[in-house]
Amino acid sequence: MTAATAPAPVALAYPHRSKAAWAVADALAVAKRNVIAMTRTPQVLVFSTVQPIIFVMMFRYVFGGSIHVAGVRYVDYLMAGIFVQTVAFGSTNTGVGLAEDLQKGLIERFRSLAMARSAVLAGRTLADALRNLFVIVLMIAVGFGVGFHLHTNVVELIAAVAMLLLFGFAMSWVMATIGLLTKNSEAAQAASFPLLALLVFASNAFVSTKAMPAPLRAYANHQPVSAAVSAVRALVLGGPTTSDVLTSIAWCAGIIAVFAPLAVARYRQAA
Amino acid sequence: MGESVISVEGLVKHFGSVVAVDGVDFEVPSGTVLGLLGPNGAGKTTIVRILTTILRPDAGRATVLGLDVVRDPEAVRRSIGLAGQYAAVDENLTGRENLRMVGQLSHQHRSVIPARADELLERFGLTNAANRPVRTYSGGMRRRLDLAAALVHRPPVLFLDEPTTGLDPSGRSDLWAIIEQLVGDGTTVLLTTQYLEEADRLADNIIVIDDGKIIAEGAAAQLKAGLGNTIVDVEMLDGADARAAVARLGQLGPATVLDDGRTVAVRVSEGGRSILEVVRSLDAAGLAPESLAIREPTLDDVFLQLTGHKVADSGPEPSTADAVEPAGYKRGAA
Repeated sequence: MTAATAPAPVALAYPHRSKAAWAVADALAVAKRNVIAMTRTPQVLVFSTVQPIIFVMMFRYVFGGSIHVAGVRYVDYLMAGIFVQTVAFGSTNTGVGLAEDLQKGLIERFRSLAMARSAVLAGRTLADALRNLFVIVLMIAVGFGVGFHLHTNVVELIAAVAMLLLFGFAMSWVMATIGLLTKNSEAAQAASFPLLALLVFASNAFVSTKAMPAPLRAYANHQPVSAAVSAVRALVLGGPTTSDVLTSIAWCAGIIAVFAPLAVARYRQAA
Repeated sequence: MGESVISVEGLVKHFGSVVAVDGVDFEVPSGTVLGLLGPNGAGKTTIVRILTTILRPDAGRATVLGLDVVRDPEAVRRSIGLAGQYAAVDENLTGRENLRMVGQLSHQHRSVIPARADELLERFGLTNAANRPVRTYSGGMRRRLDLAAALVHRPPVLFLDEPTTGLDPSGRSDLWAIIEQLVGDGTTVLLTTQYLEEADRLADNIIVIDDGKIIAEGAAAQLKAGLGNTIVDVEMLDGADARAAVARLGQLGPATVLDDGRTVAVRVSEGGRSILEVVRSLDAAGLAPESLAIREPTLDDVFLQLTGHKVADSGPEPSTADAVEPAGYKRGAA
């Protein structure tokens, strides 16, 4: 059936698009792959939501009775912290996923294709932002379930979600750098935890920083998680928002400005 | 022989203080298969990574279809396919999704991708598994899908980095048949392998590489002819008997004592007849072998002959299926 002397294959012609258009198309193709992978491994999503739900239960019902924050019900105070904690810990997935792609040789394959160099990182962080959106919505529902009241309106709630997505996106670049440095998914996971603990627990996420010793309080008041929590808290509890939101946006922009180039540089050298 | 499709001149690559590739030159004529044969850590994968634009060389020059891999990597990537030893496919996607994703990422027209994916699934015997996540595939199926992924954009040049390492014999022979078919279609192939048998079966020309240097090259037949087609392993009672046996059997072909100190390997041209001569020769000298076995020469034998030393990283026998190459370039003491 096949002739013995077939002509040598010629690479298929490819459609003409600008470099930027290809970069977007490639990032979307990679994001689609990562989203499909999430739906095929729902256990990962389930376990990454179990942890924040446990925190909600613990702080709401175990510690909550003993924690008093002036002027606000503790459950209302708590939820902003929980939302930020959820996206902060969720960003670990970015680093773990990239390390896994490196380990399995997928990044090597990607680097041998004509695709945009930026696509693997952009696609991964984009897919993780989508996952964050899902988890945030879920956690808002959990919050309402345990008695959380929105003191503002839907527009500010949407702004709070946008703030959380931006913060998660920024943290994703930190974790991407860690994942590409460690090149091993377990190591990436292990390396992320101390950093996250330092950011999330030494912050205003669960308690007011007022009772902390002075040096700790100085740190806790000036770090990105506290900034994000303050912004989100203002957006769901009411009160002046502009300054807190701007501070948090500045933190996120700074993190991205430092870690995105670092991650891209690591990616170019990896594999 | 056609014109050169792959051309490598004075290629050098260091990793820290380790020289992975140490001044390598070769050409691959159009439509032929070059086999890079060598043990773990010889520098084979590094050469493939440089040629596929994944790594930049420290010195030297490499071109694929006349395109410089350092100066024009994007054009090179459009013309090459890479299938690696780690079966780089996404476990969570189905076989079909994997091929379509690679089609998109190699910038094919959207209209041709689905048909091309189905065609490859059919050709590689994966149609029935096309809609299953790859994590349910066997090792052989993954390798076939990995190879299919390398072919989505019909590259005229194909790089196969240890395509059958870790496969069982039937998976290996399936893959060999597929690669032979590709070569029949006119694809130019650079193949790395640790298996002499694989290089012998698939490659027109073989380069033997050790410590980043080329230590022998030639047509597969030439290389093997110098080696003898068959090896008779004669296990003796002890070292003294083995030395006596080497003296006798050296008349039949090159004979050496293997690692265990009491097995003599004799390279001969014809297995069946030679074993009779081995037995007669031993009998005449009053020597009795503990056991006798005939086998095909392996990479170890090539190395022993070419370098006088054994493959430094002596893992499992190369003809067993469970060899897995670790990352890195660590070499054990010889």
